[in-house]
Amino acid sequence: MSVLIMLIFAGCGEDVDPNEPVGFIQVKGSDTIVNASQKVAEEFMKDYPHVFVAVTGGGSGVGIASLINKTCDVATASREMKPKEKEMAEERGVFPNEFTVAYDGVAVIVNKNNPVDKLTIEDFHKIFTGKATNWKEFGGKDLDIVTLSREVSSGTHIYFKEEVVQLGKKNSREEFSAQTLLLTSSQTIVEEVVTNEAAIGYLGMGYVSERTKALLVAKGSDFYPPDVNNVIKKTYPLSRPLYFYTNGEPQGAVKLFIDFTMSPKGQQQFIETGFVPVGATVASKD
Amino acid sequence: MHRKISEYIIESLIRLSGFLVIIFVFLIFLFLLRDSLSLFRVYRVGEFLFGRNWLPISEPPKFGIVPLLLGSIYVTVGAIVICVPVGVGAAMFIAEVAPKPIKHILKSLVEILASIPSVVLGFIGIVWLSPFLKNTFNLPTGMCGLTGSLLLAFMALPTIISISEDALVGVPRTYKEAAFGLGATRWQALWRIILPAASSGIIAGVMLGIGRVIGETMVVMMVTGNSPVVPKSILQPLRTLTATIAGEMGETVSGSEHYFALFAVGLVLFVITFMINFIADSFLRRARK
Repeated sequence: MSVLIMLIFAGCGEDVDPNEPVGFIQVKGSDTIVNASQKVAEEFMKDYPHVFVAVTGGGSGVGIASLINKTCDVATASREMKPKEKEMAEERGVFPNEFTVAYDGVAVIVNKNNPVDKLTIEDFHKIFTGKATNWKEFGGKDLDIVTLSREVSSGTHIYFKEEVVQLGKKNSREEFSAQTLLLTSSQTIVEEVVTNEAAIGYLGMGYVSERTKALLVAKGSDFYPPDVNNVIKKTYPLSRPLYFYTNGEPQGAVKLFIDFTMSPKGQQQFIETGFVPVGATVASKD
Repeated sequence: MHRKISEYIIESLIRLSGFLVIIFVFLIFLFLLRDSLSLFRVYRVGEFLFGRNWLPISEPPKFGIVPLLLGSIYVTVGAIVICVPVGVGAAMFIAEVAPKPIKHILKSLVEILASIPSVVLGFIGIVWLSPFLKNTFNLPTGMCGLTGSLLLAFMALPTIISISEDALVGVPRTYKEAAFGLGATRWQALWRIILPAASSGIIAGVMLGIGRVIGETMVVMMVTGNSPVVPKSILQPLRTLTATIAGEMGETVSGSEHYFALFAVGLVLFVITFMINFIADSFLRRARK
């Protein structure tokens, strides 16, 4: 309660140093990085106690839509904005500015009792389009495969659809099989995989835990686990950047927040929540 | 004189409230219709109503609501089949059979049941009911229509029980006494006399329960799996109209095709509930005659 009162008066308190930054930042979007964004926001608010940052999830689509609808200041996304979305934004006088804030691997998880340990992108393609329906085909038990996906608002959903379901082909019209369960959050996917031996689902590697088994993935012949090193080296085939979007050049409190996110202290929060900081990737190139 | 004025004011205020309700319903309908029609300028009505694919973010998008409509119907019918017999039976027990102390306990428990938030039920559904059904029926996944139906039946029960119980208690004592006087047993009096006499109230309770079931969103979104597939059985994952609106509204840009499509789904839902209420109303009127 006292925090709430503090917040209400934060903007109009008389004891605030006039040079101190004051403001309210609404951060909205990707569920994949909602925990990381929350940590960044908490650290940021320790440095700038008079700026309040509110972080909410819902999915990358939700964040991008609210940036276009002008209901958030920073949209977080686990996919790039689509050309159609950029077009819609510009029609409404919003000019999205993209920041790559971290890198992530999309892990594919199965139940711990599932004997299958590794699969190729081609196998995932068959499973998620419904061309392969039994675990027997991949050396598993005689069980019908239950495919789990996030809702269409998820950036991970769209990334996975482009890279796996459509195999990265721009003109592909393939879709997730209609039998695929569309679950509302990464956590629901984890719960279903824990209780269902036949389930397979995908999520950001920050959600991988001891309760499920993350599969080794190969694009060609070499299999790699989803971990920080393989994302840095780009050997894990399902690696992707994560983005923050602002409307135009960030200004005032929003600029401070973006600068803080890119600073070592901000990047540290991504490391702690299981993501790969931007610098690490650059460093590994040398 | 003074009295007349105040009476006039109160009367017009009440009249205004009455008209306001009608105006609100009408405005909501117009609002839904306006945004839905925007969809039909770019998307054919036939494809919307009879299309078997719901692929809102594909290029080009497909907005066929057959899978969603069937999903809603399956879950609702399943819930009705479960909750109507149980609800009416419980009401009969509370009203006519149960001894006084048990009656009071049951009545307050039913009220507590009504106050459980739907999201909590959804949570129980995910963690407990869905694995249980999966193992019992040997299903590939427990996130299916039946899980939703069971939880929705649970949610509709308090409404059906309280209203039916009121209706049963409201039957004049003389009916029962006359039945006993003619030599009817307790069961015969309850089944043949009291239940038919209370039928209009019971139907009203059932209809209100159905209204709650078909409009419920949170529970079905959490436990039915949301696969936009044309369902063949209630043991399959399915996607309802309400879950589609709730799941996708957040990511649509206002004024886009997808946004209008969700309004059109809302319009369909509105028409369905309107029809249910209309039917319930005509039933009630017939029962009263």
